[in-house]
Amino acid sequence: MMRVTGLVKRFPGVVALDGVDLDIRAGEIHALVGENGAGKSTLVKALAGIHPPDGGSMTLDGRPYKPGSAADGLAAGISVVHQELALLPYLTVAENLFLRALPRKAGVVDRRRLRTDAAALLAEIGLDVAPDTPVERLGIAQMQLVEIAKAISTEARLLIMDEPTATLTSRESGRLFGILRGLRERGVAIVYISHHLQEVLELADRVTVLRNGRSVVSRPMAGVTAPDLVRAMVGRDLAQEYPPLPERAAGEEMLKVTGLRVSGFDGPLSFSVRAGEVVGFAGLVGAGRTEAMRAIFGADTALAGTIELHGRKVRVRHPKDAVRHGISLLTEDRKSQGLVLDLPISANVTLAKLRGALLSFKRERALAQQYGSRLHLRSAGVSQHVRTLSGGNQQKVVLAKWLNAGSDVLIVDEPTRGIDVGAKYEIHELLLGLAAEGKALLVVSSDLPELMGICDRILVFSRGKIAGEVARADFDAEHILTLAYSGYLKNGEKP
Amino acid sequence: MIKRLVLGEAGIGVALVVLAGFFVLAAPNFATEQNLRNIMTQITLNTVLAVGMTFVILVGGIDLSVGSSMALCAVVSGTMMAGSSSPATLIGAILVSVLVGGVVGWLNGFISEQWRVPSFIVTLAMLNIARGAAERYTDAATIYNLPAALNDFGTLTLIGIPAVFWVAVLLAGAGWFVLSRTVFGRLIYATGNNEEAVRLSGHKTSRIKIAAFVIAGFTVGIAAILYMARLNIASPILGQGYELNAIAAVVIGGASLMGGRGSMVGTFLGACLLGVLTNGLLLMGVSDFERQIITGLVILVAVVLDAYRLRLARKLAVTQPAQPAAPNPVAS
Repeated sequence: MMRVTGLVKRFPGVVALDGVDLDIRAGEIHALVGENGAGKSTLVKALAGIHPPDGGSMTLDGRPYKPGSAADGLAAGISVVHQELALLPYLTVAENLFLRALPRKAGVVDRRRLRTDAAALLAEIGLDVAPDTPVERLGIAQMQLVEIAKAISTEARLLIMDEPTATLTSRESGRLFGILRGLRERGVAIVYISHHLQEVLELADRVTVLRNGRSVVSRPMAGVTAPDLVRAMVGRDLAQEYPPLPERAAGEEMLKVTGLRVSGFDGPLSFSVRAGEVVGFAGLVGAGRTEAMRAIFGADTALAGTIELHGRKVRVRHPKDAVRHGISLLTEDRKSQGLVLDLPISANVTLAKLRGALLSFKRERALAQQYGSRLHLRSAGVSQHVRTLSGGNQQKVVLAKWLNAGSDVLIVDEPTRGIDVGAKYEIHELLLGLAAEGKALLVVSSDLPELMGICDRILVFSRGKIAGEVARADFDAEHILTLAYSGYLKNGEKP
Repeated sequence: MIKRLVLGEAGIGVALVVLAGFFVLAAPNFATEQNLRNIMTQITLNTVLAVGMTFVILVGGIDLSVGSSMALCAVVSGTMMAGSSSPATLIGAILVSVLVGGVVGWLNGFISEQWRVPSFIVTLAMLNIARGAAERYTDAATIYNLPAALNDFGTLTLIGIPAVFWVAVLLAGAGWFVLSRTVFGRLIYATGNNEEAVRLSGHKTSRIKIAAFVIAGFTVGIAAILYMARLNIASPILGQGYELNAIAAVVIGGASLMGGRGSMVGTFLGACLLGVLTNGLLLMGVSDFERQIITGLVILVAVVLDAYRLRLARKLAVTQPAQPAAPNPVAS
């Protein structure tokens, strides 16, 4: 249906696409994989008409396809779910869904039809929110689902999804896959971009691997394994997906949380973490893990509970207290909560440890350079603005900020979300290295293999409570997922 | 080089030189020593107010109350020193003026932070409150017979430059130092860019924002003293519309009203540009009405050019080539 030949896209100084061939057929799910910076997003933008290519050709149904703008792409039946959400926060879910063509009766919006159409669409995708809910009140995973529903509603012939499951739980992802398979039956072509190789293997019929702006592999999925894809993406063999756990002696109890209660969740939560230990927090999105961590860090107010550090009770009422006591929080949303995008790398690295009255630019640059080389940060120099870095490199800047703050307790919330395989491995290596130095690590992640790969034990949250604890020797995905769902099966009753 | 021209404050500097060059040719008596002194005196107040306004705008706020608040500072300190020739009273009155300005600024900042109200609304209310308070304080009367020493200072020149303008230059220099060389200045920029990230890095962003309003208040107090030094009176109706000129100078200087972007050098040049424009048009015999239209157009052109400049800057930054060693180019 869509054929792309030798596509080239240059930005001044950078060749983003350097000869991409792609053949998309009606009624197939075509996976597009590659490291960050491999050119996936640029390719999507070329297909959608947002960035007209500089060379090569595209044909649609055998006829030349030369979109000049995003509107041309839409008119040709190409619909994109971008990585960044593009919803209007103050409008309702229903209005967002049908913004492109609101149902009308006598010139005014037909509210009743809008609501019923929206409800039908939401039911189809399995999102349980009222159509009249303002989007700003939704969680990020729910917003993502609304975005997907919006794309599906356009009856596109070619649906392109850029990392649609980054914020979804496995149950929500599973439902999305069902919907995509249904669309495939109806002859819709789907281009599916994801870092989740497991998903890609499960879902796609064919796969194209991009590396440095070139398509290096394009073949049917049958017989392909995850290591095959990784090899093609990085051009080398990664010995194993997760670095080996370092040898450590069990340290003293570093952080002890007792009776923590957070607004909107059952609780109370009690747990402790030892020095040198990596403790994972598993659970579904919305189980209260992020909220608990934010409360420990003082980002939100806890209703009750005590926090002890090194056996001493501390009061944390503001992130300032947490930083002073040596607690760090790497937030789940690095762009809006972790970085000052329009400041240089060096200024971001020192942000959590700005002391005294005067800035020392020389020391700041030296520090940033030092962390940059330790974390394998790829940049044009420490004065490069953080906005222009790729996701993995941005995350490394946030990590550098907290390393520089010198905390004993490091809480990381979704540390590798939306980050490519290579950078992910480096970040895991770094986290384990910190544990080996005797720091206490709390890792919140919706990526269960990640938790099982790097944690010493996993606490499973379910509906605001700790449903269970699993030691490394007993790690079993099915068991952990069962625990994660347990609170939702009992309909809120106390077990 | 092109990047410097496009991105830095150089653009506004070039505009200032071009404008001045035009008036040298077109406006009679523009390029005289006396007229240059006039311009300096005329832009002093706006420069001082714009220095404080820069801090507020950088943290994403706005202060509409500075004109009224300046009147309040003037009548309170003017009443205190009227008829007195004691230097102690004069110094006391100056401190009181700065203090009153600081308190009004603190109220602006505290109220908008404590109750999460946009500073636009809070300072709009304060604009009325301070004006009313100033009129109530003197029963709408004008205060004369201010100390002679103050008036002497208003007409004093040092190395051929009006003393009041020296004060403005010193304040702008101090503001530049604070913004670009101190930890506090860094936090001002960072808070304006992404308040939540700064808070989650362990800083009390409310305090930083309130401090910006207090600094603006201090400059209002100083401006009130300079006003009295120049005109030798204090009136509760002085300073009307001054807030808008200060905001215009900051915006022409390249600041974003969303916060996080702007500079003291830009602000200073912005104030100079506005002053040169007003003065030159006056000398050319352009009427009051037309002058207002032209000033408005200049502000429009400045912000449109700035928006264009910012887009270009983003483009240049995004497409900046990474180091040769980098296997992952930035674009993804």
